[in-house]
Amino acid sequence: MNNPELDNIEVDLFVQALQRRHGYDFSQYAPASLKRRVQLLSEQLECKTISGLIERVIHEPKLLPRLLDGLTVPASDMFRDPTMFRALRETVLPMLASYPQINIWQAGCAHGQEVYSLAILLEEAGLYERSQIFATDLSERALEHAQEGIYPAREAQQWSRNYQASGGSRSLADYYSARYNLLKLDQRLRRHVTFARHNLAADGVFCEAHLILCRNVLIYFSNPLQERVLSLFSDSLVRGGFLCMGLRESLDYASSANDFSAFDESQRIYRLAAPQERKFG
Amino acid sequence: MKTPAAIAIGCSAGGVDALKAVIGGLDSRLEQTIIACCHSSSDTIDLLCEVLGRTSALPVIEAAERHPVQRGVVQLAPTGYHLLVESDQHFALSIDPRVNYARPSIDVLFSSAAEVWQRALIGVILTGGNADGAIGLQRIRELGGLAIIQSPAGAEVATMPQAALDIAGADYCVDLLDIAPLLNRLCLA
Repeated sequence: MNNPELDNIEVDLFVQALQRRHGYDFSQYAPASLKRRVQLLSEQLECKTISGLIERVIHEPKLLPRLLDGLTVPASDMFRDPTMFRALRETVLPMLASYPQINIWQAGCAHGQEVYSLAILLEEAGLYERSQIFATDLSERALEHAQEGIYPAREAQQWSRNYQASGGSRSLADYYSARYNLLKLDQRLRRHVTFARHNLAADGVFCEAHLILCRNVLIYFSNPLQERVLSLFSDSLVRGGFLCMGLRESLDYASSANDFSAFDESQRIYRLAAPQERKFG
Repeated sequence: MKTPAAIAIGCSAGGVDALKAVIGGLDSRLEQTIIACCHSSSDTIDLLCEVLGRTSALPVIEAAERHPVQRGVVQLAPTGYHLLVESDQHFALSIDPRVNYARPSIDVLFSSAAEVWQRALIGVILTGGNADGAIGLQRIRELGGLAIIQSPAGAEVATMPQAALDIAGADYCVDLLDIAPLLNRLCLA
């Protein structure tokens, strides 16, 4: 039987080893999910214990991309939460249309499903030619995956339903080709996407964005790290810029949430408020 | 066991009637934290909260990310996310891959709750169509908590309670209608 206290010691030591050996700090991640992921990594890499994994963290530098991938990637779906994408399509994009150049930051893009969803929305709104999407993630492997845009074909049915429910008027199949149980997104959708490494826990502002999507990423972060990232978003957005969060994410414990006002609370879409409109100046 | 501080309940789709029977039979004086995970095919659990709330003496709400767990309240896992409990007794969500084809997964909820409450946790497995929950219930027992399983013979779908019985075993294996009175007795003792 494994003793939870011993597990906790091992997870803490793992986090410390990763930080000291490679400079990646996971100490501000929400502990319960982090522990599950570390345990899963340890099993997948056939280590008997997390202590065994720690040895490999220290002595096998080539393992780093695999470790970061295991600690960060939650695979998403195309048009996950279609109601949110519908709100983007119907209310947010028409407001962004007044800008000559639209900068969008997809923070924590994982395998890119939402990046392609967003590109399709912009294409259909006739705004893509003046848009630039910055898709960032901590994991290099996730970014490679996102750039390829190849997914299992079994997802196609669900994703098509999501696309239709988001108000899509064409067929999702117009945007991908299917072969050997795989589907590959039309690479033309990538023409205004820049993929880049960015660590929300450590890195700073790198663009002036009109819209930031960061959905179901902060749920893995502790309150102080959530706070840091929200204030990073606040610094990165133009005044009146939009922020989209996951539908079940709570901003109730973050004082930086006061920088934002609800634009569509049910879809968790917020706007950066002008300083005088903020609850606490 | 210690006086229970929390009850974790799991069932799969089709378990709504069973959940109604259990939640609806709980005593209004219970001060335990009650958390339930029901596999669902709908997009939200608003309706489930409403349906359960109608016959429950205790409030029934959706568990909210980052919020502290509440006592004397039934809190349900939202659809599409795993629900976990942190050691400081706050809820956390994840969109990690499905476990046993399920998200929320009962195993994920039970395993994290087992570590938080250890000997002060009661795990309950009701009717259901797959083996989710069995490993979680085993973890609850390993850490000194108590396991109650709906008797598979009377369950609408026997797979889930039978798997739990085979893998984790039970301290009580009882008919559906006996579960709420048993919980009341254990919790009010």
